[in-house]
Amino acid sequence: MKIRAAGLILLVAMGCWGQGPGGYNPIGPGVSLDGNWGPVFHEDAHERGPGPELVNYLGLPITDGARMYGLAWDASRFTIPEHQCEVHIVSYIYRGPYNLRIWEEHDPVSQKLIAIKQYIDNYQQTRTIWMDDHPQPPEAAPHTWMGFSTGKWEGNILTVYTTHLKWGWIRRNGLRHTDQATLTEHFIRHGNHLTHVSILTDPITLTEPLIKTQDLVLRVQNGQTWLYPCEPVVEIERPRGTVPHYLPGENPFLHEFADQYHIPVDAALGGAATAYPEYQSKLKQAGAK
Amino acid sequence: MKVFGAALAFLTVAASAQTSGDLVTLKVQGNVYLITGAGGNIAVQTGDQGVLVVDTGLAEMGDKVVAAIRKLSDKPVQYIINTHVHPDHTGGNDAVRKAGLTYVGANVTGNLTDAGVGAQILAQDNVLKRMSAPTGKQAPTPFGSWPTETFLSGRKQLFFNGEPIEIIHQPAAHTDGDSLVIFRRSDVVVTGDLFVTTSYPFIDVDRGGTIQGEVDALNNIMEIAIPGLQDEGGTYIIPGHGRICDQPDLLEYRDMVTIIRDRIQAAIKKGMSLARVKAAGLTKDYDGRYSAKSGFGTADQFVEAVYNTLSRKK
Repeated sequence: MKIRAAGLILLVAMGCWGQGPGGYNPIGPGVSLDGNWGPVFHEDAHERGPGPELVNYLGLPITDGARMYGLAWDASRFTIPEHQCEVHIVSYIYRGPYNLRIWEEHDPVSQKLIAIKQYIDNYQQTRTIWMDDHPQPPEAAPHTWMGFSTGKWEGNILTVYTTHLKWGWIRRNGLRHTDQATLTEHFIRHGNHLTHVSILTDPITLTEPLIKTQDLVLRVQNGQTWLYPCEPVVEIERPRGTVPHYLPGENPFLHEFADQYHIPVDAALGGAATAYPEYQSKLKQAGAK
Repeated sequence: MKVFGAALAFLTVAASAQTSGDLVTLKVQGNVYLITGAGGNIAVQTGDQGVLVVDTGLAEMGDKVVAAIRKLSDKPVQYIINTHVHPDHTGGNDAVRKAGLTYVGANVTGNLTDAGVGAQILAQDNVLKRMSAPTGKQAPTPFGSWPTETFLSGRKQLFFNGEPIEIIHQPAAHTDGDSLVIFRRSDVVVTGDLFVTTSYPFIDVDRGGTIQGEVDALNNIMEIAIPGLQDEGGTYIIPGHGRICDQPDLLEYRDMVTIIRDRIQAAIKKGMSLARVKAAGLTKDYDGRYSAKSGFGTADQFVEAVYNTLSRKK
């Protein structure tokens, strides 16, 4: 009887407030992305773990110029001290292994959302996504690995637009986008899962936007490795200013990936057409084994 | 002289497109600021002693440059440093010089009444040679814009506004009179047109530029600049044209210039003519980013300058 009375009082009280959990606080836009997130590697695991094969540009909408850049790239360039600590650019960093911490920053007086911050432990990158009317930096301002980002809520999807990027990886086998690239992202939360969609645009290296998705899961336990100290060293003594590269037509790995998977070299060299299902029919018609 | 006149005409036209609006001033780091929109980039260092300016933009922008400097400091401009001879970097010398002064003393005071008029203009000696002319001949630039003090040796040092400043000559690079200016406490390097983010290097062969000097200069800047935590920031670099950079930005550019030099060198070894090299598309991977649409810094000009200076008999 006592329990039944208490329940009645509770129901009346809830009816008076007319709301569920959250009380008197009206619901604002978006959802909370706060927490520690870890990537799920079932997508593109080979590329994201050990790394892509040399001259595997399959499915990437690259320009002829970007392809030539990739074919000139010698993996030995990683041994140059100035290249050793190069950060994975924001358009690529979510592909790797990392812990991702997300939190919100609010104005202490008005509690208005100022920014959504992210800390990515791979390369120790702190990223700011401005949610207020933060002014765009001038054209002559420095470009950075994380770029300059502004965000807005589209329903429960956080959409982010980023400019002021450095040159960075499209795929870490020599394909790079330029500092003229821009990035649009969507962060979509489904309970304890987070889907990250990135749409990279660069008129110089891409013939059409490059769209990728990554999934993350919420981690109850805190991540253990939050640092990425990097100190370059001379690994190979070379004459001053040496830049390892292949001269045009002399990349020794041109056929390696294509031969391994029994596909034509033209397919391995990528281009927008290779991203679409119809390309398989084209290959069959061409008699590829 | 005709070539210089043509260069002046082009630079005036090219730069006017970017100066249609107001000048933009950005703080770079420490005591150093960047002014853009007056032609070539202008660096300004301010402090208790006064103002030091690196390059002065186009002549017709002189008054606006002075106004932009006055917004940063009301103290006198004491030094102007020219990174090289081109008029989009030296054209405003006269206007900025007149806005400043040189402190004089001892036996100079009272004897040379004009010694204190205007700021000093410092540059490597070849800059003065190319801006002036022997007595009786017409100089390509007005007297008031000429360097008032030059240096012959590899470097000149100053200590101004509590900061050590080095001016280091980079021989036979963009021209034969290029200098880097290093603000050692602010940790900023001003490169002039040895490094630009807007096009391929313009190697002014007629004024003593060479590809090897250009590559050497880029490697020198690489060694001076130290990236900050997580390979970003640290030493900031003000290029001759374009945006503020750090070492990773310069690295991309240094790699590009080196790779194209190597390709053309290999083509020359194969006996390829300049026409064949131009037709071979050896810069296609970088043209979309760095080939100027017209004027200076096109792929065609760059390939030709690299080819010609590598082909010279030593």
